Amino acid sequence: MDVRADPTRQLVRLRGRSYVAFVFSPVVPIVEWLAEIDATLARSPGYFVGKPIVLDLAAVDLSSSAIAHLVGSLNERSIRVLGIEGVEEERLGANMPPLLTGGRACVITRSEPVQKAEPEAKPKPTSLLLDSPVRSGQSIVFMEGDVTVLGSVGSGAEIVAGGSIHIYGTLRGRAMAGVNGNSNARIYCQKIEAELLAIDGYYQTAEEIDETLRNRPAQAWLQGDTMKITPLN
Amino acid sequence: MAKVLVVTSGKGGVGKTTTTAALGAALAQSGQNVVVVDFDVGLRNLDLVMGAERRVVFDLINVVQGVAKLPQALIRDKRLENLWLLPASQTRDKDALTDEGVGRVIAELRSRFDWILCDSPAGIERGATLAMRYADEAVIVTNPEVSSVRDSDRIIGMLDSKTVRAERGERVEKHILITRYDPARAARGEMLNIDDILEILATPLLGIIPESQDVLKASNVGTPVTLNNAESAPARAYVDASRRLMGEEVAMVVPLERKGFMNRLLGRRAA
Repeated sequence: MDVRADPTRQLVRLRGRSYVAFVFSPVVPIVEWLAEIDATLARSPGYFVGKPIVLDLAAVDLSSSAIAHLVGSLNERSIRVLGIEGVEEERLGANMPPLLTGGRACVITRSEPVQKAEPEAKPKPTSLLLDSPVRSGQSIVFMEGDVTVLGSVGSGAEIVAGGSIHIYGTLRGRAMAGVNGNSNARIYCQKIEAELLAIDGYYQTAEEIDETLRNRPAQAWLQGDTMKITPLN
Repeated sequence: MAKVLVVTSGKGGVGKTTTTAALGAALAQSGQNVVVVDFDVGLRNLDLVMGAERRVVFDLINVVQGVAKLPQALIRDKRLENLWLLPASQTRDKDALTDEGVGRVIAELRSRFDWILCDSPAGIERGATLAMRYADEAVIVTNPEVSSVRDSDRIIGMLDSKTVRAERGERVEKHILITRYDPARAARGEMLNIDDILEILATPLLGIIPESQDVLKASNVGTPVTLNNAESAPARAYVDASRRLMGEEVAMVVPLERKGFMNRLLGRRAA
């Protein structure tokens, strides 16, 4: 089957929008006025480069050719004229910038050359995920936030975290949470056989951990300055 | 494709050297070209267990340092012609081993053998790290007691971080071999049981070697236990383990001593 897509018509949508432009108001004699522009350019060359410039010719009475000459002279100085106002439309030839009307005065805020937005430094991750067991002798230190372990933490291993510690296996080693002074940090584990638990500097060793909690899911948290270890669920 | 297998444990006296010799002999018996390499520089034992101590001329250190060529240092086993030994030096220490030297020797062995079994020294220092450095696979020898299990855990962590494979982002294939296992004592709760060990180490089991007098007897006569008395319980367990290493599916059973009638009548002698 011959499928032909109907050419969909693109609607041209017209919208109005106003912008801020520099307005030049030349005065007679034009030659002296141009010299003034040159002096400005000598102080800061390239000042007008790329800036939108509008010529206001209300204060002068220039013929078509004089206007064309003025626009040409400005072009030589790398000043591109965006539009012209304060003059009858018929004096502007087809090659001239268009006539503008309805301009309103406004304060020009000296816009600094727009700083290229630095590619925002990625916010540092605030959690660390370990998907393998933490072995005896390994020390995991993560001061920026929480540590999650998808395995066991071996006897003689240690986890040090600025935030909370989550262990989805057996905790047989040491876990130190909230080491930056975060007393809201907690330690969670599927099975507690820990050698030492610490939160914000308060600690309990294996000796002090209630035997009835052993081998069960548990969490440790701080209540004031005592560490609570309670079974989960 | 040659495989480099390190036999390691962290803890001493758990049976690394016995295991290296027994697995090496069992692999060789099934037709593989095998070399066993002693990395225990200064405290070498593998030559004794292999019964080759009177034939050592050059050693691993000589080859690492370029004093001798590899074929000069390799000792062929008297019983199996495709089993070789690269002995350690007894007069030097582990500092004589260099990373690139060991790498060179291992690379050369790879071109000559199917299996390169590295007998690691105990500990976690230079000798042990260099023995595991170029390994593709590891057998972690563990006794059913807490200190041995924790040391094994430490060694597994090092296998996952300090080996060439780990640094390339690859895995060293790891196996747990439980040795000196006494079913009677385990039943009485005097030993860690197998499930607990595997749960702690989170690593697959290669085999269970029962505690047996045959191991000591074989060492004393300088013969790998698998060659000395092939019918003994530890020999059968090691042969099963070697078949699993070669990729065979072998049911996991703990071979038991075949007790004589009198033994059964009198019960076990107190250990």
